[in-house]
Amino acid sequence: MYETTGIGVEAAGLGKSYDDFWALRDVDLHVPAGSVLGLLGHNGAGKTTAIKILTTLASPTTGTARVAGYDVKTQGREVRSRIGVASQAATVDGLLTGRANLTLVGRLYGLSKTDARTRADELLERLDLVDAADKLVQAYSGGMRRRLDLAASIVARPAVLFLDEPTTGLDPRSRGDLWALLRELVDGGTTIVLTTQYLEEADRLADDIVVLDHGRVVAHGTPTDLKARVGGERAEVTVSGVADLAPAARALDGFADAPAVTDAEALTVTVPLRGGTRLMDIVRALDAGGVDAVDVARREATLDDVFLSLTTTSKPEAIAA
Amino acid sequence: MSQSLSADASIFARRNAAHIRQIPEKLIDVTLQPIMFVLLFAYVFGGVIDVPGSNYREYLIGGILVQSLAFGMMGPGTAIATDLREGVIERFRSLPVSRAAYLIGHLVSEVGASLIALTILTGSGLLVGWRPHEDVLHVAGGFGLLILFSITMIWIGTLLGLISRSADGVQGLIFMTIFPLTFLSNAFVPAEGLPAALETFSNYNPVSTVVSAVRTLFGNATATPDGAPWTLQHPVVSAVGSCLLLLAIVVPLTLARYRARTTD
Repeated sequence: MYETTGIGVEAAGLGKSYDDFWALRDVDLHVPAGSVLGLLGHNGAGKTTAIKILTTLASPTTGTARVAGYDVKTQGREVRSRIGVASQAATVDGLLTGRANLTLVGRLYGLSKTDARTRADELLERLDLVDAADKLVQAYSGGMRRRLDLAASIVARPAVLFLDEPTTGLDPRSRGDLWALLRELVDGGTTIVLTTQYLEEADRLADDIVVLDHGRVVAHGTPTDLKARVGGERAEVTVSGVADLAPAARALDGFADAPAVTDAEALTVTVPLRGGTRLMDIVRALDAGGVDAVDVARREATLDDVFLSLTTTSKPEAIAA
Repeated sequence: MSQSLSADASIFARRNAAHIRQIPEKLIDVTLQPIMFVLLFAYVFGGVIDVPGSNYREYLIGGILVQSLAFGMMGPGTAIATDLREGVIERFRSLPVSRAAYLIGHLVSEVGASLIALTILTGSGLLVGWRPHEDVLHVAGGFGLLILFSITMIWIGTLLGLISRSADGVQGLIFMTIFPLTFLSNAFVPAEGLPAALETFSNYNPVSTVVSAVRTLFGNATATPDGAPWTLQHPVVSAVGSCLLLLAIVVPLTLARYRARTTD
């Protein structure tokens, strides 16, 4: 039915219902081997459900999925021996040392004692955990636990790696290190499926992005495609107070094809600009509308704009609270 | 890369043993605590507790053995509750490992811990003057019953670990159950000395039945009161029956609960 080589993840018509509620509906995925798929969506959009089905932890109500060439429903064990999973909570054993955690996971993947130890040493080195290797994990910081969790998920050199919000809670430096590591894995042929709440992360890492909303795919494409789809340039006006938001939106209305997006917390109003609009015209319109504008800027569309224009429930800050 | 269930189960069992090496306090409740009880009862309370037709130390050991093994439900209870809470069980589920391996690993390591406790306690019993007075077959039967009882307690602990929301909760629940059940039995004091209501409770308490059965098989005094219920008059068959009945109830419940907790 599918080619078993060259494809990391292939899903057709995937759906999951709990009683009457569809957590996931009619999802098709196609992730070539060695590429990165970013799953974006609000909390409850179905990202984690999709990951659970693809990692055999939940069974789909409808549809089929193959991971690393094997069917998730009928060949669970084959799938599990070829994947690595890092879930949102760092799933490591607090009462063992970091080294013992990695050796344990290696052994359970079927590595020999010697191989499991060698691999644990390699990963402790690679993820900068050598100093803490023989300390109990319960004494680790949150960032160290996450790194150990990631190490555990790549112990068996998985063909497909699933990461549920891998950098949540990491400081910027660790995040950069992690991105570099993921790039390295992809260069080595690993397929990665990741969910993230950082659109910048998806932009940086993903070859392809699937945006989920209420369990359905609402957009699919490369980051560049998606940004082009919501229009290129935007005007973003920052005002001095909440009262100025509505007048600013009205003033900008004349330059845009789509309604303005208002962010009451950041005190900004953003619109996609019609071609040929001049900055001066915007400033004049704001002045004529009596808007106390603190800043007026033109910028390229970001994935945040894509996200806001495609999904319906809440603001992007709430995606994965 | 797949391997057999027994290999995976033994990896899990060794993981649990490693926990004890890392946190030796985990073993205190099955080692030092019983020894403390032996010394406390043998030398402090022993002088004031009168056992008809026996000396107190001979009487005591059967009771301490049963109480310690009953506390053996603490190990699986807290360990499994912790695994569920910390989410490490999610990691295990994503590995190419049979789900049963995790549970079997726990049972194996907990039975191991109970055997260690049994050995330590038997040794300290011998030191304070306890002796079995029956032939080898009966004494072996006594240890066999203790092991059956211990396995029953471990299954109950496993079920509690799967039901509860936290390790502390399990610990509290077990203390609140095992202390009254063992102290309001014939484990430490003969029922005859108790007020009427407590004597009745002690006589019908299944812990009393198991303790009496162990004493009978070891040839130690049971001090069974006159007019005690049938179960206490025939303690060995009643104790074995109770353990098997409990297992018949608890094992299916535990397996169903485990399946429910590890399925989405």
